[in-house]
Amino acid sequence: MSTIHERGFKERSEFILRTPAIGPAIALAVAVVVFSVTTDTFLNVDNLSLVVQQSLVIGTLALGQTLVILTGGIDLANAAIAVFATLLMARLTLESGMPGIVALLLGIVVAAAIGAVTGGIVTGFRLPPFIVTLGMLTIVTAVSRIYASGQSFPVTDDTLGFLGQKQYLFGQIEVTFGMVLMLVMYLGVWYALTRTAWGKHVYAVGNDPEAARLSGIHVRRSLLGVYLVAGVIYGIAAWQALGRVPNADPNAFQLGNLDSITAVVIGGTSLFGGRGSVIGTLIGALIVAVLRSGLTQAGIDNLYQDVATGVLVIAAVAVDRFSRGRQR
Amino acid sequence: MTPVLAAKGLVKRYGRVTAMDGADFDLRPGEVLAVVGDNGAGKSTLIKTLSGAVIPDEGEIHVNGERVHFHGPLDARRHGIETVYQDLALAQAQDIATNMFLGREKRRPGVLGAVFRLLDSKGMRAEARSVLDDLGINIKSMTQPVETLSGGQRQAVAVARAAAFGTRVVIMDEPTAALGVAESAKVLELIGRIRDRGLPVVLISHNMPHVFEIADRVHVHRLGRRVAVVSPGTHSMNEVVGLLTGALRMGEDGTIEEVGVTTGLNR
Repeated sequence: MSTIHERGFKERSEFILRTPAIGPAIALAVAVVVFSVTTDTFLNVDNLSLVVQQSLVIGTLALGQTLVILTGGIDLANAAIAVFATLLMARLTLESGMPGIVALLLGIVVAAAIGAVTGGIVTGFRLPPFIVTLGMLTIVTAVSRIYASGQSFPVTDDTLGFLGQKQYLFGQIEVTFGMVLMLVMYLGVWYALTRTAWGKHVYAVGNDPEAARLSGIHVRRSLLGVYLVAGVIYGIAAWQALGRVPNADPNAFQLGNLDSITAVVIGGTSLFGGRGSVIGTLIGALIVAVLRSGLTQAGIDNLYQDVATGVLVIAAVAVDRFSRGRQR
Repeated sequence: MTPVLAAKGLVKRYGRVTAMDGADFDLRPGEVLAVVGDNGAGKSTLIKTLSGAVIPDEGEIHVNGERVHFHGPLDARRHGIETVYQDLALAQAQDIATNMFLGREKRRPGVLGAVFRLLDSKGMRAEARSVLDDLGINIKSMTQPVETLSGGQRQAVAVARAAAFGTRVVIMDEPTAALGVAESAKVLELIGRIRDRGLPVVLISHNMPHVFEIADRVHVHRLGRRVAVVSPGTHSMNEVVGLLTGALRMGEDGTIEEVGVTTGLNR
């Protein structure tokens, strides 16, 4: 009797220790406490709500990025794909009079198609994702500029701007539909990664592609699925972007790819693949947003904020490397 | 007696290198067959062909007397042939239960499984535990990542996975190569237990004492083909070593003779 109980307890405590999101969660809590104590303006409902809203686009991009990084890849083109989708959605409704919902779905489909092409090249020619997505970044950015021809496009359609609409919980907490959607998406991907065979295969492929193949996993199909799903997520990130700022600008989110990688890495997901969680990434995206907001309120210059983020990224990778080194 | 698994005249070339040169193979029901050979003799290629990981250029494979064509490891698995690879093919960061069922996960019954694709994690953990218990493998937690296990325990997990799903044959590539004395002994014990359940085992090994301890027959591989099959009961370790280095030769009638001094000219 007692041994069964102890075993259950041991498994549970091991699970908590191994949950990679614990470190980032503590870091987030510390950052919130520090800024709450050191500044007068950080800790209030409006500011916290704003911090979350500021994390929506990068947070959504980082969700797709997490999937790619879990397979041992990296996606440098994610923000460029999302930006192209914002241009498509905005311009089609503005100039062709296309209904917002159609333009929205079309933008998501195009983003998914670009993701599928990326995945097809990575698996078909066995090329490193870094190089393939670097090429995609260049191509998609150029196509965006050509398509926009120096203009940006205001969003007038209600469907495209829907995610920015605000509701007030208890009369004072500002909540946007974008926040709800991001939470739902994170839950969905978390479920797929941890509760389905599809997710187990994503981790196994990132862990050791040859072992995965010998275990009977269709490695290419798994990778292709990841890039396709990531593409859909980038399309939805475009919707989030239009909800935040109702204007599609070809020059927006130029560092979005790196910011999303930052969120993933700070969230404890290993750049070597096969380890990590989307919950960590969600916390990572929040840490970046909290840091930006808190340092701003503390009167620290933007450029120093970049320094702080950079230090955090390197520290996070070092921790990952160190913990892996200990296990091997 | 129909062999469980047999091969005839297997050939595999990689460019100019011939890894298998008309290799034959047969495994009888309920036996442990050791495959021995020098480095580069082509054992690995033979074993990968039998497990579906390498597709031969020529030759035939038969399972229970029926000709089969393997296009990948999954095909061999479908015929009940499970392989424990030398590097074990385990996902190090994932837990034991996940590894045990990797590539053939079980879903919950009903809507949860069919529509929501929900895995039956509890069921898989329980089953993984019962397989390990049956084989006398003592590992506490099924949710432990494989990388936290010792070399012998990892080997045991890989072997248990093969034993759990193998219905006809278990192939093991150098299962004791990376292990210490005590752990090796445990793995050999495990192989014996699998045989006792009626599952024949193909054991690739460099370690002659291990081979002679556990094998019923010994398949000697040299220069890409089978040169002899001997029994540990009737032949000595020295004879097997002689056969695999080419110092000895087995005649048509099964007698073993010395090969004259090779000058390299009369080849």
